[in-house]
Amino acid sequence: MSVLVNKDSNIIVQGFTGKEGTFHATQMIEYGTNVVGGVTPGKGGMTHLDRPVFNTVSEAVEKAGADTSIIFIPPAFAADGIMEAAEAGIKVIICITEGIPVADMVKVKEYLSDKDSTLIGPNCPGVMTAGEAKVGIMPGFIFKKGTVGIVSKSGTLTYEAVDQCTKAGLGQTTAIGIGGDPIIGTTTKQAVQLLMNDPETEGIIMIGEIGGQLEAEAGLWIKENGTKPVVAFIAGETAPAGRTMGHAGAIVGGAEDTAAAKKAILRDCGITVVDSPAELGTAMAKLLGK
Amino acid sequence: MNLHEYQGKEILAGYGVRIQRGKVAQTPSEAVEVAKQLTAETGTSWYVVKAQVHAGGRGKGGGVKLAKGIDKVEEVADSIIGMQLVTPQTSAEGKKVHQVLVAEDVYYPGESETSEFYMSVLLNRSTGRNMIMYSTEGGMDIETVAEETPHLIFTEEIDPKVGMTGFQARKIAFNLGLSGAAFKDMTKFVTALYRAYEGADASLFEINPVLKTSDDKILAVDAKVTIDDNALYRHKDIAEMRDTREEDATEVEAGEAGLNFVKLDGNVGCMVNGAGLAMATMDIIKMAGGNPANFLDVGGTADAARVEQAFRIILRDTNVKAILVNIFGGIVRCDRVAQGVVDAYKNMGNINVPIIVRLQGTNAEEAKKLIDESGLEVHSAIALQEAADLVQELV
Repeated sequence: MSVLVNKDSNIIVQGFTGKEGTFHATQMIEYGTNVVGGVTPGKGGMTHLDRPVFNTVSEAVEKAGADTSIIFIPPAFAADGIMEAAEAGIKVIICITEGIPVADMVKVKEYLSDKDSTLIGPNCPGVMTAGEAKVGIMPGFIFKKGTVGIVSKSGTLTYEAVDQCTKAGLGQTTAIGIGGDPIIGTTTKQAVQLLMNDPETEGIIMIGEIGGQLEAEAGLWIKENGTKPVVAFIAGETAPAGRTMGHAGAIVGGAEDTAAAKKAILRDCGITVVDSPAELGTAMAKLLGK
Repeated sequence: MNLHEYQGKEILAGYGVRIQRGKVAQTPSEAVEVAKQLTAETGTSWYVVKAQVHAGGRGKGGGVKLAKGIDKVEEVADSIIGMQLVTPQTSAEGKKVHQVLVAEDVYYPGESETSEFYMSVLLNRSTGRNMIMYSTEGGMDIETVAEETPHLIFTEEIDPKVGMTGFQARKIAFNLGLSGAAFKDMTKFVTALYRAYEGADASLFEINPVLKTSDDKILAVDAKVTIDDNALYRHKDIAEMRDTREEDATEVEAGEAGLNFVKLDGNVGCMVNGAGLAMATMDIIKMAGGNPANFLDVGGTADAARVEQAFRIILRDTNVKAILVNIFGGIVRCDRVAQGVVDAYKNMGNINVPIIVRLQGTNAEEAKKLIDESGLEVHSAIALQEAADLVQELV
């Protein structure tokens, strides 16, 4: 078991023939991910990386049985790509694109509200189930099949957690990069819920940062419903107020946005919060008695 | 991107939002000229002269003054243009004022009392929808209102499918205690305001105060406007309003080089790939007994040219006593980054602070060897904890 993506996922790449799409699709295929084709409007009928190219997502669903999509479309057109995938019936939509206007995402969120699709991202490193499917831009070689599920707003901090779990001998089930934008498809709480319900996941690492209330919301849910140990880290203890720190959503607006406030709430919810990101793996190993 | 008050008002007026009218001036004599034009257009005989800087609380620092007559405008403008304006939102040294807005007097006496309200439009991150936040307590710091009288702050969330509706506009006007002509004008004001917010791809509109004049007109006296950077590509006219004089010069230069940089006050510089890891690295520096001098995300490529540029920017700050380079090489190979660091170091020749390079991920061992054998004053690490220990040792 695992969540969101596995070896049987039929994955397409939107923005398949572009530079980013080509590069990362190649890496995904090398990892053994089941990429069944891709979409680039106007290039339907071609073959790219030994796989069919379709003009529309609907066509990819119909002809290649696609149920999962990863998006590498430029920011001006990415919102449209997400809605196209949802309309075509894609179950899991993973949007890597960084820099989508917030107004576009307000519309996307509304559009998805009555669709049967799960959106991950945008502005995220993707989703990866160790040993089965790499649907993202994460380096595959640091993963090892195991028992820890990871939820994170940040790309390289996810790699840090993955690497530490591998070195601690724990390995991973699925790592979910939820993204650092102000509006994202799947929240920290929703991602934690998925992992909490996954029989193979024994412990969860949750990585957050300044800005917004997603971590607190997840913490309160864990307090009431949690059945597995959770280790958390919140980046940005030293970030100044009112400045955007790289990720569009990483900004301290009010008192609840600070790292200190979030850590305090999580600790109150019974979660093991580490102050240094170097301690993620060891803290989890200790909780799991390994 | 933040805008000046006069630029924000220009956008509002373009969408039919009534504003306190005014004109911008760069010199005291120009201020007199525009004041005369303003009188011809509006009939005003008093003028409000306002410093145009990207910071709130301008009045508290002496950046907003009333000139009671055309003969006072030059003197008042002269006292503001060129000053270092210190407000609760600036640093201790303040911000230099390059220009002023000369605006009409809107607090003239009349049949009814004037009243001030607060109104902002912004994204509610937890619902993913925009909302209007408003209060009867205008002209005050909204954080203070939220703390002392939270029941006087109202919100109205906007459905993305239909935009702001008529009944929502009426509800807002009722909650603000308005009636008659002022009520009607407020519904128009708030409807146009929301249209402007969406039309300009703004991420914040803060109008404080919104004024009901003595003849029952509703208008924006001030305007704090922030535009979504990611949407600027479809608003060329707004993108051109950027005033880089209001930004940190080093941050502007870093931005042009494709580096995401924020200047801080500490003594340990850092250079990291990825925003989350960059923030985490700042936190590690603090835990190791130092203080971060900056936030710097170099992004996906960390070749010699980029590393060199990043070093130059970090080292311009003379408080920097050490630099921590923290790269998790996923797609980028660590040995390439290591070579970049070595080349940059040799090119620059005169780096006088210790450098700690932590490279983890693809080819990390080769990278460490490359650094260790370079003969340079560069300390290498692979595990994050090792890097933290090195910072502690060196600071």
